[in-house]
Amino acid sequence: MCLSIPSKVVKINEDKTMCTVDTMGVQRDANLMMMADDEVKVGDYVLLHIGFVMNKIDEEEALASIATYKEILELMDEEERKRAILEDDECPARGEQYAEELETDGRA
Amino acid sequence: MAGLELNNLYDDFRDGKTLQAYARIIAEDAAKLERPINIMEVCGGHTHSIMKFGIPQMMPENVNFIHGPGCPVCIMPKERIDHAYVLAMQPDVILVTLGDMIKVPGSNGSLQDARAKGADVRFVYSPMECIKIAQENPEKKVIFFAIGFETTTPMTAVLLDQVIKQNITNILFHINHVTVPEVMVELIDSRDIHVDSYNNKIDAFLGPSHVSVIAGSKIYEKFPKDYGRPVVVSGFEPVDVMEGISMIVKQFVEKRCELEIQYKRVVTYEGNLNAQKLIETYFDKVDLFRWRGLGNVPESGLKLKDGYAKYDAEVIYRDVLPIAEIEDHKLCICGDILRGMAKPPECTIFGTACKPTTPIGSCMVSSEGACAAYYKYGNLITS
Ligand code: SF4
Ligand code: SF4
Repeated sequence: MCLSIPSKVVKINEDKTMCTVDTMGVQRDANLMMMADDEVKVGDYVLLHIGFVMNKIDEEEALASIATYKEILELMDEEERKRAILEDDECPARGEQYAEELETDGRA
Repeated sequence: MAGLELNNLYDDFRDGKTLQAYARIIAEDAAKLERPINIMEVCGGHTHSIMKFGIPQMMPENVNFIHGPGCPVCIMPKERIDHAYVLAMQPDVILVTLGDMIKVPGSNGSLQDARAKGADVRFVYSPMECIKIAQENPEKKVIFFAIGFETTTPMTAVLLDQVIKQNITNILFHINHVTVPEVMVELIDSRDIHVDSYNNKIDAFLGPSHVSVIAGSKIYEKFPKDYGRPVVVSGFEPVDVMEGISMIVKQFVEKRCELEIQYKRVVTYEGNLNAQKLIETYFDKVDLFRWRGLGNVPESGLKLKDGYAKYDAEVIYRDVLPIAEIEDHKLCICGDILRGMAKPPECTIFGTACKPTTPIGSCMVSSEGACAAYYKYGNLITS
């Protein structure tokens, strides 16, 4: 029953009971009567459910969570790198393997 | 700061790498847990996401899911569906409802069957479409069979508000709105009783996001406080779900028990106050609402206030509406599934006699039902 794709308000009707929203390129009408007067403005992002605007999407919070995700990813990547280096260091076969590589390279 | 972009929200909240990153954080934290934990996702929207994105496979062994009662269609007892059927069969009635309701079998058949027998049953995307239907059919009574949790209750209230303001005389309501916190209490209580045989009590809840968009996170306050169960209100996107789980696991590791909001971009502690006011204007709590598979749950349903009885189809058609409680098909274990005591494949007719095309129970009908989610995405589940 629930769609959680955000929509952007592109137009508000004169009587403020309806608005037009854009959901990933698709335009449709949505009912505004569940929101307080003047709470929603053109340009706001909103959450729709069965034809109604349920609430606004807080832009700062949305961007903040995306930023958190990016941070986690970067952290992970760094950890991953560290882990790879560590594992490499601990590998008992490392020396031999390296020597072999050099050999086949014809440099030893 | 760069403005919000739709594709940011859509893609980033589904990003596979972020999911993996969260899976690792969860695994690292879960390694510090003293005992396994069971998280109930109350809402069908979560069940759907969890299954679709293969989240159970990303969990460490000591973090389990218990699927909750989650979807308004799944929890509708047969006698309420029979009400809809009987109303639809009344002369000069157009029965209007939302979503998958139309396919759920009642004891005489589904609304679809009623339609095949000549009843005028219509499925709408939004309750407001009732107004147009009523205007186009002034000689008929349009009965809106209203379903849903806190999420959809205010929409029904808006419709009634308009019916009154516009002086529309041919729209009636059959109210089946239910409330989430009451059933969560019921689930904790009944599972605590059964805990020996099932040995997997609910340790924490992933709180339904859309319910809280309206009602606020405040409705879950008593769970950490009085029941010792943390609640994290989470969004439906897979990354939201992973972050929500991670927040729950962290609470256990840090020995906290709190109410937290993961879905801060839409949910606040207070919720949508305007919508709450609309609900208070038109609805009262019922003493008991019978949930499918769960039985009577005190104060878990809503009805129109006495002052609005002239819009209440249950009052007006009192004489023709059946009152008997009707149990489900005896092989169907939806009751246990809705309590989180069994998983769909444990049902002996799962995927054989009962499929989305020929559903026996409503957990298979609704696209958000646990059985339907397992049927659709179950091949992704290894265990
Ligand atoms: S929030 Fe949506 S998916 Fe979840 S229970 Fe409510 S209606 Fe169903
Ligand atoms: S598979 Fe069908 S019959 Fe079995 S529990 Fe699910 S809905 Fe009920």
